[in-house]
Amino acid sequence: MTAVTIIDYGMCNLDSVARAVEECGGNPTVTDKHSVIESADSIILPGVGAFPDAMKNIQERGLEDVLRKRVVDDGVPFLGICLGMQLLASKGYEVSECKGLGWIEGEIVKLEPKGEDTRIPHIGWDEVHYPKPSKLFEGIPEGKDFYFVHSFHFVPKNEEAIIGYTKYADGGVSALQKGNIHAVQFHPEKSQKVGFALLRNFLSL
Amino acid sequence: MSRKIRVLPTLLYKDTELVKGKGFDSWRNIGSAMQSIKVFNLREVDELIFVDITATAQGRRPDFALIDDLADDCFMPLTVGGGVTSVDDVRQLLQVGADKVVLNSIIYTNPELISQVSDRFGAQCVVVSIDAKKVDDHYECFSHSGKTPTGKDPVDTAKDAEVRGAGEILITSIERDGFMEGYDIELTKLVSQAVSIPVIASGGAGSYQDMVDVLKGSKASAVAAASIYQFTQQTPLEAKKYLDAAGFPVRL
Repeated sequence: MTAVTIIDYGMCNLDSVARAVEECGGNPTVTDKHSVIESADSIILPGVGAFPDAMKNIQERGLEDVLRKRVVDDGVPFLGICLGMQLLASKGYEVSECKGLGWIEGEIVKLEPKGEDTRIPHIGWDEVHYPKPSKLFEGIPEGKDFYFVHSFHFVPKNEEAIIGYTKYADGGVSALQKGNIHAVQFHPEKSQKVGFALLRNFLSL
Repeated sequence: MSRKIRVLPTLLYKDTELVKGKGFDSWRNIGSAMQSIKVFNLREVDELIFVDITATAQGRRPDFALIDDLADDCFMPLTVGGGVTSVDDVRQLLQVGADKVVLNSIIYTNPELISQVSDRFGAQCVVVSIDAKKVDDHYECFSHSGKTPTGKDPVDTAKDAEVRGAGEILITSIERDGFMEGYDIELTKLVSQAVSIPVIASGGAGSYQDMVDVLKGSKASAVAAASIYQFTQQTPLEAKKYLDAAGFPVRL
């Protein structure tokens, strides 16, 4: 059973992610303890909320260095979900300009309406399309719907990192991968069968 | 890849049991909350709205332990309302597994709460719920389960909520709720035209065609319903198939 460390930095929905990991056969631990993160087999960074608050919480708990060491240096499988994806960017513009973790180069900007009646936030089910195959989406047919709820989106500097597209308003990137670092804008823990398939793929990395 | 219409069951909760009402009155017991959530899980519904309708009337906070239990078995997006009056209520609800939180009665006395919650947790988790009915020739918002007149206009209230950072509006027709004779299309149209955030139509669905009618007649992004899923053989999945056939994008 894969031991999954879910990072608690005071930004909610930890229970949902932990329960979904359990249902997918993983063994979740929700924690902000450095000692646990130090020995993590795989790490999930969930998150709902505003970018600056999230970065502040991560810094106050001294999590930035230990996460960087485990994920960037040691190469432990990592999944960022929603805000947990956005925090990987170099910079965010939610509420105020704010530096991110900078693991995947890019910026977090507000979705702007495009086309007729595209409402922001982007709330609901939307299709994920693949520019190339990836382990994370293995076995999940192209164009399946995942659950989204967000007002900001990730604009990566390098298109190579994109493994999932979901066009909505002026946004388009729904999943990124850079080596062991994976990130999704949607909520796999709330996306029922396809979401669980994705989490199982992550657990088997 | 277009915006897909969401079909949402609403569960109303009153003292340990689920109920349904007619015109916001005469509540009837319809079985346990957990059982309903398990059924909706199996049916892969788009999203679930769960409202504790007596919390505000009884002056109590949301039942966090109950939501914690329900959310543990709810593998679909969960929106929770009833008795939410503070940033801390929202924090705790999100922590136990709610994805979005409904603000209703509190917005008439403390509208600043909308922006406080939005700034802290993001607009995407703030659903402002407006209960309205026609009084003489105009619509008026009511608080406290549709019992207390507020003197506020639903369109103004929705616009104000959007400016303050609401992520979504749930508009419910008090007069139509529970009667299964169709949504208040005019009310839904007025509100959904006035804002650029998603609007959920609620109150009055009796058939799949009622959903088509309100979607055609307004700019709603989602249709909520309670009675038809509990008292008829109609299901959210069949509703989506019907919407699909009528030309609306849905998740199937």
